Amino acid sequence: MSPTPPDAHFAQALLGLLPRLRRYARLLCPDSHSADDLVQDTIERAWSRHRQWQPGSDLRAWLFAILHNRRIDLLRGAPVLHSLDDTQSATRDELAATPAPADDHLGVIDLQRALERLSPEHREVLLLVAVEQFSYDETAMALGVPVGTVMSRLSRARQRLRAELADAAPRAGHLTRVK
Amino acid sequence: MSCPVQDDTRLQAWIDRRLDEAQAGEVEALLRADPVLNRHAQHCRRQNALLVQALAQAAGEPIPERLRAAVLAGRAALAQTDAASDAASDDPPAPGLALGHEPGGRSALPEPDLTSPVTTPARPAVTPGRWRGWPVAAMVVLALGAGFAGGWFGRGGLMPPEAAAGAAGLGRAAAVAHAAFAPEVRHPVEVAAAEQAHLVAWLSKRLGSPLRVPDLGAEGYALVGGRLLPDPGGTVAAQFMFESTTGERLTLFVRRDPGVPDTAFRLATDRGLSTFYWMDRGFGYALSGSLGRDALLQLARSVHRQISP
Repeated sequence: MSPTPPDAHFAQALLGLLPRLRRYARLLCPDSHSADDLVQDTIERAWSRHRQWQPGSDLRAWLFAILHNRRIDLLRGAPVLHSLDDTQSATRDELAATPAPADDHLGVIDLQRALERLSPEHREVLLLVAVEQFSYDETAMALGVPVGTVMSRLSRARQRLRAELADAAPRAGHLTRVK
Repeated sequence: MSCPVQDDTRLQAWIDRRLDEAQAGEVEALLRADPVLNRHAQHCRRQNALLVQALAQAAGEPIPERLRAAVLAGRAALAQTDAASDAASDDPPAPGLALGHEPGGRSALPEPDLTSPVTTPARPAVTPGRWRGWPVAAMVVLALGAGFAGGWFGRGGLMPPEAAAGAAGLGRAAAVAHAAFAPEVRHPVEVAAAEQAHLVAWLSKRLGSPLRVPDLGAEGYALVGGRLLPDPGGTVAAQFMFESTTGERLTLFVRRDPGVPDTAFRLATDRGLSTFYWMDRGFGYALSGSLGRDALLQLARSVHRQISP
């Protein structure tokens, strides 16, 4: 059997998505080498089951789901600990008590530092929704959780990120005053 | 009050700008009445903007060659698996040292599909930026295509065609991998010899069994490093590369082949590239280089002595 055109489209689509798969993996892994190992695993898995993929359907959500599942597989023996908090959105009182950074002074570096201190589950939901612009349904599919969990996790992730940002840029208030 | 924010889902959707005008208006009315919530919601929109900014950079980083190669080799492997599935047979163990040309027989790979942009290096550049790293990827496909269509093992021989499967597939896969990566100047390996411990641990993990890297220093070859390859005959294979002081390169290809009987050394040569390959206790090994038979045999024996004592 000779290679069929769908194989070619699939290969091309995979190549096009490599930068985004790497970015996603990089948010989940402790270093870039293990992130690339995870992406390579994902590619191999995608090929081994690529006939399950319907040409024309959203390859991106499918690949992100494979990557997500692959990471969970690799963690077997050290299961992911889901915070109980994640089943419930942040409360208004919690928001009132969460320190807020001065937004005007926040930069990319602050954000990177703050992101590092979030759990991988919080980082991934923020990436999928805010950066990849997945719909909430697509995000639920990629993560294999109900959409309600996506929403509460998103709410928690944002609250945690706000607290970490306040911590990452503690001098922002002083700068404002000096100005 | 410690109840969740009322209608938090809509608040999140407002932050993500996913509400229509009417719904957004309702949320904004709510926010005007609640400074705590308003401050948080505005901050979260700022978070989104910062996330996009910070992570846009990450997506712009150059892609390592190994990932591109994995995509393209995955496709080639798929084609080969399809082609081989009706040609499979066991390779009988050969007692003693069996030297000679590998049996001819069938080419396990189809011709490259020249209609596809992925396998058409002559026309890669609709968007040049996206195709950085093309040469290696193209080389894998070219090696697979040219090697088999052009006559690696494909010229008829002394042994029956069914012997082309099994251990013979090992020599073929190793030769293709050698042709793909030995000429590489910039990215001959994924992990350099300087990180040998990491290299061996990584490849052992991926092959599911502890590997050993032979030391060919006494024969004048130093380890350059190694890489992981998708293997058409199984799941993955490892390739170690060695180099002499004059720049001659050897590659050692290792894959798991459980259930395939042990064999003696076998030699396959074509256009100056020689490959000695053998099966040993569930592993297939193949040493390839552009060397004379005697010189390569001496190296293969050294490898065999060191890794399967």
